[in-house]
Amino acid sequence: MIAEELSKTAAAEREAQAQFEHRINVCVAASCLSSNSDKIKSALETEVKKKGLEKSCQVRGVGCMRLCSRGPLVSTETQGEDETQPASVLYQNVTPEDAPALVESLKGEPVKALECPTDTPFFKSQVTIVLENSGKIDPERIEEYIAVEGYATLLKALTTMTPAEVIAEISRSGLRGRGGAGYSTGLKWTTVAKANGGSRKYVICNADEGDPGAFMDRSVLESDPHRILEGMALAAYAVGASHGYIYVRAEYPLAIKRLRAAIRQAERNGLLGTNISGTTFSFTVELRLGAGAFVCGEETALIASIEGKRGQPRPRPPYPAESGVWGCPTLINNVETFANIVPIIREGGDWFAGIGTAKSKGTKVFALTGQIHNTGLIEVPMGTPLREIVYEIGGGIPGGKAFKAVQTGGPSGGCIPAQHLDSPVDYESLIQLGSFMGSGGMIIMDETSCMVDVATYFMEFCMSESCGKCVPCRVGTAHMYDLLQKITRGEATMADLDLLLEVCDVVKNTSLCGLGMGAPQPIFSTLRYFRDEYLAHIEAKQCPAGVCKIHEGNEEVIA
Amino acid sequence: MSPTVRVKTLTIDGQAVGAREDQTIMQVARENNIFVPALCAIEGLTPVGACRLCIVEVKGVNKLLPACATRIEEGMEVTTNSERVANYRRTILEMLFSEGNHICSVCVSNGHCELQTLAKKLGMTHVRVPYRSTMRRVDASHERFIADPNRCILCTRCVRVCDEIEGAHTWDVMGRGINSRIITDLSQPWGDSDSCTSCGKCVNVCPTGALFEKGKAVSEMSKRQEFLPYLTLMREGKK
Repeated sequence: MIAEELSKTAAAEREAQAQFEHRINVCVAASCLSSNSDKIKSALETEVKKKGLEKSCQVRGVGCMRLCSRGPLVSTETQGEDETQPASVLYQNVTPEDAPALVESLKGEPVKALECPTDTPFFKSQVTIVLENSGKIDPERIEEYIAVEGYATLLKALTTMTPAEVIAEISRSGLRGRGGAGYSTGLKWTTVAKANGGSRKYVICNADEGDPGAFMDRSVLESDPHRILEGMALAAYAVGASHGYIYVRAEYPLAIKRLRAAIRQAERNGLLGTNISGTTFSFTVELRLGAGAFVCGEETALIASIEGKRGQPRPRPPYPAESGVWGCPTLINNVETFANIVPIIREGGDWFAGIGTAKSKGTKVFALTGQIHNTGLIEVPMGTPLREIVYEIGGGIPGGKAFKAVQTGGPSGGCIPAQHLDSPVDYESLIQLGSFMGSGGMIIMDETSCMVDVATYFMEFCMSESCGKCVPCRVGTAHMYDLLQKITRGEATMADLDLLLEVCDVVKNTSLCGLGMGAPQPIFSTLRYFRDEYLAHIEAKQCPAGVCKIHEGNEEVIA
Repeated sequence: MSPTVRVKTLTIDGQAVGAREDQTIMQVARENNIFVPALCAIEGLTPVGACRLCIVEVKGVNKLLPACATRIEEGMEVTTNSERVANYRRTILEMLFSEGNHICSVCVSNGHCELQTLAKKLGMTHVRVPYRSTMRRVDASHERFIADPNRCILCTRCVRVCDEIEGAHTWDVMGRGINSRIITDLSQPWGDSDSCTSCGKCVNVCPTGALFEKGKAVSEMSKRQEFLPYLTLMREGKK
């Protein structure tokens, strides 16, 4: 498809959409689907048909509308007389039985009982770049993506920009990897572009999202799969690759289904494959399904897994930029990083660099979960204070309970207590607080959480997800878990705490990959801010939050 | 060794040494009689950097690097035996002793065991972490050899020698984390393995008494590893 055909398709799709006076959008991402949004969609379709409104009212599935805790979410749009923004109403906690009322309301007043206000900080404080199409387009139709200027950026880059200019734009944007460590994306692209690959280079999209409580990447893949494909194609053009892999975990069947469909549609329209848009650039994408091992999110383990080997990390260097999949130079970026590429090339690097803080540019998507009113997906500019995320966007802690900590960064991250709530969320600030940006999981904990118990939970995760290759991580995580359990049972002594810290130190400094190096982090950060809770378990044999079961007379008797 | 390989100089423990650019820190250290402990690395097999005993400090690098898997660089300043590294190595050894059931006094490899020798040499006198004492089944189904996973430290030398040298790939690792263990074929008894050629290379590269010959009593199992560098040399000569 060349640029003219693309704009023709876009215009045709927009015209087709304008035929409908009303549109009913039903969220069909995993969270709402799990509460039967597919049944709501078919109930709405039946109702529209029954009323004979097929010509004027369109019912369609769209991606995630972010406020997952109020799901299933449905929105209605009505074309205004003066062609301005269509009047839109968002409905929450919809059931299939509500379909008649919703269809009826199109002509008159919104259904008050179901209406979800959208002028709240949850929606107002968000800045959507990654999620700009999420909840607005049908993820299963390429035409809708093209109608919102999809693939136009790719064709523009292919025909008017050199690969070096694409990389320069990404470098100028200051984008940093959204997978966790925050490595400069422009720098990574430059190294792969300069690597001497002979004939082949690869681009890999890391969609092996595995942090407990994280679902950002899944939502992006389910809501806007073409965005990732276009971002990958731009990356491939920039670094000189012709083949790509998306490594997605098999636990995301919906994301896999939509990616498969998206790849097929893009290939059929000549937007992926050989000689894209009549240029010399060719790019094909294959899916690789992971079996759900957390460690396969580590880039060298991911590459081993793609090659069909046991998913274990190997020492770096050589880095994948030099020797990656099949020994070829390989660019690996996370889903969210690829999702940022299209807007950066479209709007320019300087535009992106204008959002966020001095060192952390753009926005970050977080999966807000735990003891908080509004759970769901949020996208905020880098540097947004934690307090704003918790109390304004998140709506605070339910049940009048007190906030205790926010956990970021998954199992390699840490817990940030109330006294640091005014810190901005960016890569450096989080590291200073003993936590980590990670991929974007954000778990809010209230006073009913025991921090030793939280550390034990994450350590159990690290222990069972350790690949077992290097000794410190394989054995150390098991010892750390056992020692933490001893503390939560009220059987530990201060000597055990010292031993725990020593094991933590060894695991952190001698492990082979990031999973091992980061494994002690939950212990370090909870000890830093909640040492008194550890001491209460050890010395007073009490769990202040009342979570841990400490039995009387449990102390070990040393004969 | 390709003719275009360049020579570089670096210092290891203050000693200036010369090396080919394709050599690892461990190779160069050993050439110069500088001791770097290791359990997974063995000359002749691909290094994997798994045991973490060969970690060294390199000036200007804030991570500790595995000497077996790190290429030398011009002007590198390597410290192989700082106080910090020595402490870490002892704790890693303690972890290995706590993970398996290493009871030297009844082991066929007592006195010839690389784990035991290193523990003595590095001054590991106690195991402070609790012993895990997991039950592991011994596989005595092979007609000539026995695999005792209680003494296995998962160095994967057997896996690599079987794959890279013998070409049989009988051994591999199954499970994850603390539940990892070595298996023959698809976790069948060793004696039933179709791929095993009974060459015995795995037994001889095994650093502990995990793989040993039948009929050996306590302390009688000494391993012969000379074949490995020889085989590697013969292969390189052929190229």
